[in-house]
Amino acid sequence: MGQENLAPTQITNIMKRPFSPNRRFIERIGFAGLTATALVTTLPIVGTIVYILIQGAPAISLEFLTSFPRDGMRAGGILPAIIGTLYLALGVSIFAVPLGIAAAIYLAEYASDTPLTRTIRIAIINLAGIPSVVYGLFGLGLFVLFLNFGTSILAASLTLSIMTLPVIISTAEEALRTVPQSFRTVSASLGATRWQTIRRIVLKEALPGILTGVILGLERAVGETAPILFTGAAFFLPRLPNSPFDATMALPYHLFVISTQVPNMPVQIQYGVALTLLAFVLTMNLVATVIRSRARAKRQW
Amino acid sequence: MEKSLTWREFIVTRAIQASGYSAIVFVTLIFFFLLREGAPALTDVKLSALFSARWYPIEDYFGILPLITGSLVVTIGAMLIAFPLGIGTAVYISEIAPRWIREILKPLVELLGGLPSVVLGFLGILLVSPFLRSFLDLPTGLTAFTGSLLLGGIAVPTIVSVAEDALDAVPRSYREGAWALGATRWQTIWYVTLPAAKSGVLTAVMLGVGRAIGETMTVMMVTGNAPVLATALGSWFAPARTMTATIAAEMGEVANGSAHYHVLFFIGIVLFLISLGVNVAASSVVFHAKKRAERILS
Repeated sequence: MGQENLAPTQITNIMKRPFSPNRRFIERIGFAGLTATALVTTLPIVGTIVYILIQGAPAISLEFLTSFPRDGMRAGGILPAIIGTLYLALGVSIFAVPLGIAAAIYLAEYASDTPLTRTIRIAIINLAGIPSVVYGLFGLGLFVLFLNFGTSILAASLTLSIMTLPVIISTAEEALRTVPQSFRTVSASLGATRWQTIRRIVLKEALPGILTGVILGLERAVGETAPILFTGAAFFLPRLPNSPFDATMALPYHLFVISTQVPNMPVQIQYGVALTLLAFVLTMNLVATVIRSRARAKRQW
Repeated sequence: MEKSLTWREFIVTRAIQASGYSAIVFVTLIFFFLLREGAPALTDVKLSALFSARWYPIEDYFGILPLITGSLVVTIGAMLIAFPLGIGTAVYISEIAPRWIREILKPLVELLGGLPSVVLGFLGILLVSPFLRSFLDLPTGLTAFTGSLLLGGIAVPTIVSVAEDALDAVPRSYREGAWALGATRWQTIWYVTLPAAKSGVLTAVMLGVGRAIGETMTVMMVTGNAPVLATALGSWFAPARTMTATIAAEMGEVANGSAHYHVLFFIGIVLFLISLGVNVAASSVVFHAKKRAERILS
């Protein structure tokens, strides 16, 4: 990230009022303001999570997690939504993880700074910025209609995969770049080819960082609703999907449905679904954080 | 043995190269398929009708202006909230907070970035909008302002992490120079560190705008979804409808190939171009600044 030269006027700005009598006072007020800002930003996060935990916990039971919805989803469990979300995560792992890591290897190990490489980087930045609902449109146009996959797990996970790709590529590339150059030099001097060096040395060292990226990518995919709205999500299914060409229920879409589309929905079930979704996301976040900090502590270079 | 090794090397290298190019392929594919389904909107609906002020698809009124103003109102509102909070938090984390507080705050903000937008929308319906309705004495709590408030929360993590990176990249010697001149830490932040990180902060804000304008589920759930042309400040406290929410809410119910279907894809093209513009602008600021930084440091 860049920094800029200070203009001379900025320096004289400081020089002008170095010993203004109330500058300590101003500093104290300024710091208090910034601290308050940080609190205003972070307290609601804690509040939200604790609140959902408290409200949702009574709804969670073995039956809730392992049975089908009943009475127009107003009772019973959410098993199909949980399984559906797992299937989608599995789909994303199959498509996005190998592709994302390979792309990161290309950018970190092979690509030199050419106009083409810069174009790839701009493309990745753009992929990261495209609104999720536009991914949904794209998935509908390409996978559901053009390739004729129908509204299916396959179409939804392919759509989610492309959306997740930039997250995986950029974190994995960063992880690969932190491996010291000397590792590669030594490996090459022992007669290893470039790919052998990457596979046995670089990838092994960068693994924790790559894993963190993969988990963060999956976390994003698991929580998204808009891309699966018209590519694979089903309002209600009386059974589990049994092929990749079936539509599926999913936790985020289910939460959307029961909080906006179903009248007289017991609020406890809504909080229960929110908590289950949150549990997925928080667990992945926690795992990623633990892997990252453990790898940092263990690192010897 | 030797030969199979070179072959494998060759194939693997090619596969990796192809994966590297995939990002370009996907962006092109996305644009192509949006065009393919969205361009016919221009023949289905007259251009003047498309940019008119009435969105009522059942009677074939496809004016997308109210949707564009809806997105603008909600996004500008979100940035008014997220900009001070995000930059303030970034400065606090990078310049003031003791180490242990930083270690707590950073993952917390990251966590907010990971919260599914549908969960925020859900809380918006159940908590935020009833509260705003009684607090501000409005006829409904589902307004553009409610959307802005929650979108602000969604844009904050983006702004914090990018701005904090930018502040971190300011060399320590700049700060030491200011301290040596007798500046307080506050003066240093205000007159030295923040100006030096200006371009990174700008990037942060732009990426935040991109994040806010593209957000779908939260705004669809809490803004009331009324396609009314925003003309006055009062529109902020009335129901609104964004481009993203319109696509999400209506795509499920249209017949493939109808005018309505094409227009929804056309809105997708508009959104795609906006995000393209925002991101190219944001990244060119970064590239530009990097070059300058390299020149200074060398």
